[in-house]
Amino acid sequence: MKKLIPLLVLLLGVLYLGSTLVGPRASNSFDLAGFGRLPILANGRVKPLDTVARNSLLLFQGRQTVVTPAGLKVSPTEWLLDVYFHSDAADRYRTFEVVHPDLLALLELKAEDGDGKKRFSYLEISKKIPELERQARLAGPVESAVRTPFQKSVMQLYGALVQYQRLKHTLAPPTTEDFLAELLRFQKLLPTGVAAVRAKQAGQPHDEATAKAMIELGQRYLFMSETTNFLAIPPTPEVVDDTAWQTTGQSLLSAFQRGSVDSSVLAYAGLGYAWRQRQPEQFNKLVELYHTQIAKRFASQLAKSDTETRFNAAAPFYSSMSLYVGALLLAIFSWLKWPEILGRSSFYLILLAWLATTAGIATRMWIEGRPPVTNLYSSALFVGWGSVGLCLILETIFKNAIGSVAAGLTGFATLLIAHHLSLTGDTLEMMRAVLDSNFWLATHVVIVTIGYSATFLAGFLAIIYILRGGFTRSLDKASAEALVRMVYGIICFATLFSFVGTVLGGIWADQSWGRFWGWDPKENGALIIVLWNALILHARWGGLIKARGLMALAVFGNVVTSWSWFGTNMLGVGLHSYGFTDSAFMALTMFVASQLALIALAVRPLTKWRSFQSE
Amino acid sequence: MSDLIRQFRDFFVSLKLTVVLMALSIVLIFAATLDQVNLGIWAVQQKYFHSLFVLWNVGDIPVPIFPGGYLIGGFLLINLIAAQVYRFKLTAKKSGIWLTHIGFILLLIGELITGLWQEEFALRLDEGETRNYSESYRSNELAITETTDPKFDDVVAIPEKFVARGDPIQQAKLPFRVVPKIYYPNAALAARDASTPGAAPTPASTGIGLQATATPLPLTYKQNERNAPAAYIELAGPEGPIGTWLVSADPRFPPQSFEYAGRTWKIAFRFERSYKPYSLTLLKFSHDRYAGTEIPKNFSSRIRLNSPDGRDDREVLIYMNNPLRYAGLTFYQAGFENDDKTTILQVVRNPSWQLPYISCSLMTLGLIVQFGIHLVAFIARRRTAPSAVA
Repeated sequence: MKKLIPLLVLLLGVLYLGSTLVGPRASNSFDLAGFGRLPILANGRVKPLDTVARNSLLLFQGRQTVVTPAGLKVSPTEWLLDVYFHSDAADRYRTFEVVHPDLLALLELKAEDGDGKKRFSYLEISKKIPELERQARLAGPVESAVRTPFQKSVMQLYGALVQYQRLKHTLAPPTTEDFLAELLRFQKLLPTGVAAVRAKQAGQPHDEATAKAMIELGQRYLFMSETTNFLAIPPTPEVVDDTAWQTTGQSLLSAFQRGSVDSSVLAYAGLGYAWRQRQPEQFNKLVELYHTQIAKRFASQLAKSDTETRFNAAAPFYSSMSLYVGALLLAIFSWLKWPEILGRSSFYLILLAWLATTAGIATRMWIEGRPPVTNLYSSALFVGWGSVGLCLILETIFKNAIGSVAAGLTGFATLLIAHHLSLTGDTLEMMRAVLDSNFWLATHVVIVTIGYSATFLAGFLAIIYILRGGFTRSLDKASAEALVRMVYGIICFATLFSFVGTVLGGIWADQSWGRFWGWDPKENGALIIVLWNALILHARWGGLIKARGLMALAVFGNVVTSWSWFGTNMLGVGLHSYGFTDSAFMALTMFVASQLALIALAVRPLTKWRSFQSE
Repeated sequence: MSDLIRQFRDFFVSLKLTVVLMALSIVLIFAATLDQVNLGIWAVQQKYFHSLFVLWNVGDIPVPIFPGGYLIGGFLLINLIAAQVYRFKLTAKKSGIWLTHIGFILLLIGELITGLWQEEFALRLDEGETRNYSESYRSNELAITETTDPKFDDVVAIPEKFVARGDPIQQAKLPFRVVPKIYYPNAALAARDASTPGAAPTPASTGIGLQATATPLPLTYKQNERNAPAAYIELAGPEGPIGTWLVSADPRFPPQSFEYAGRTWKIAFRFERSYKPYSLTLLKFSHDRYAGTEIPKNFSSRIRLNSPDGRDDREVLIYMNNPLRYAGLTFYQAGFENDDKTTILQVVRNPSWQLPYISCSLMTLGLIVQFGIHLVAFIARRRTAPSAVA
């Protein structure tokens, strides 16, 4: 019977993952999922509207949930629909996070009045927008590295409001009650109107009222096209270039030449009408029709944006995070009781979580058409993936739950880091020209990232040794020896991968910049990792360190690696600083301090350790 | 062997020394990385890596406070070679270590050669423009050109350091002495209205210096800025001074012409030039962006390469991750300016560029062999003693 427990745990895990794939059915009868799947070109990439909604919300308030003033929870897509077509409602949703007390004072807001004491609506902020603009003009020229916390929060909120304006002008002008009717009038007026404007320009007799109406509409659509950078309207059949998407405003402006309004613009206006009038049947029919219409030309893009929508809803990295925590707890308990059963259960959960992250990373790769690591966010995912992968191998060999504990720790920690890195916008970014090389991204970046994973893993295994040996009696001689062997083996692996990865980076640099080594901060960081790992190995071979020395040095490897991974980006110099992050500095300092404390614990005399006392 | 020599040898062979040197190099690299924020990448390399000691100015006296790259590298080299000679037998079991260490020795030597002989220049080309020289990123020169004969120019280029020194310069080709009066390593230019009575006095007696003045600026170490030195230069013939000119290496500051002894001359402070026996013409610079964004997708320069001996006359395309290697130089796409009408190519001479490839292949192979040996031994041990698993 007891043997069945691990399988039961596995089954529960599978059911949990399976449930994320199904997703909740729409609570009202609008086909929100269908709308969320519709493609739009933003930041250089065709993506589903669902992604636009989620990323905008993360940027505005660090979370994807929206609660209406009436206390109703709405999905990101529903929120986006209101922003697009019902902006006077969306303006009342509290979706903008303002925390800095000086900024609150500037906006004449009180923290207590906000949702969760920090979220405010556009309407509440809008009175003070001129003042915010003035502050943004003052803070803008300051280099982002040296901005004060107040300036940073000004720029953050200002950026969010700019993005909000862009969203509001994406599909319809936010001031219109009935955009569909306006477009139909415009369509009807077009032939006579264009003629009237031409006649007016040529100084010939014309109908003044028609010409004036035409010119006013032109100005209105021009404003729309200038206020947004979301390219919502796919190219018309005459246009060969598949990337020549337009903003709704641009498309309407080109209607003056073409003589008719683009069908995509009309489709979105129709969707807006149905949404405002609460007519789900019409809405759903239009979504379906429009989907079929685009599918004729953009089948492959639609396949990707359909998958991306599913991927967004399933959120495999979030579910993996919970699985890792569960596995970690099971593995730790296995040291106290039922090592066999709990150990195996934990192993199954780790395997499941790792498979889910593998699927998540693979999906991202397919959507982006890129190797796994393209920016700081994806490097966090991949460091975790690599480290857990190594743990699975260790656990298969040693079967002492140490690999599972390390996997739970590193898997959870890296996913948590990734979550915080995802708050700045779309994590599937376009690659800047200098990085646009799949070959080197696939070799140099992947291998060097695996080197990071392995160095971190050695450090976390050492932490397990230090904590378990120092504070519990559970670290018996066999486990201790196994841990030493694991750490040593992983450091060898880390040396190899970080060295080869660094060298490949040098070769890439030589290929593209004409020099093998430029002493750039990121290069130096990678080099320090290689040197540190080599130092540990030489110290070990020379007999300069024994087990505890090895553990202490391995923990310092965490410091070295976190410096190379994040610290170098905070310097803001060099060709590689692709991932600058402000608030991470505090986190990094705390991390380094904690690692130094652990090293201090490691070098305590053996008599202070709770394990090894019998020897 | 006497005791002293043995001790000496043991010191250089020891693994302790290796570990200490590695630790020192980690500290050095880390400090150098931090200091890049203040000094910029080039000055950091000179201060930390291409030096025997890292110097710290106490008042005006430079005091060595830490071993520099050459010292640590040199000791590592001796340590490695000594260890190789005295400690390791050439056996199959140690073959991985041998390969890794020989690779590393080559890497150190390659880095030394790079440090000593690598040169970097910039080549700036407007669309349609042809040039047969590139310009230094840091060094400047005072160029005095005789243009009397319209068919060719006769150039005397004086490196900046002689201008900085301020001693009078006599060059056989010049019928006058060059006397640097004032020199600013970095200077700002400002217009000077000579007609107003309150105008500041100027050391210049002729040329642009009458309408402009130079004021010293602090040196900049930012990666995207360069220092623009300025100087007041007096030219003096046998019969006395000819005049004092203001010259500046600011690219907006034009060369100034003058007549002396019936011949025509031009004087200019400019970026140091390196002339080539071939020329490059920019046909077209392209800057592609991702649709609807400002994110650069690609930069590329279509260039016509032309050598006067007629051997080369062809078009080449230089773009990201795809430089032109020609005549021992590498030309790569470094930047652009002037509303996408001007390309900036970086021109690098690195005579030892193959060495890293060789040494890194050796080291990679060595590491794989050595860790492979460990792994095989580990697996074999576990096979024979499965009881140790628990």
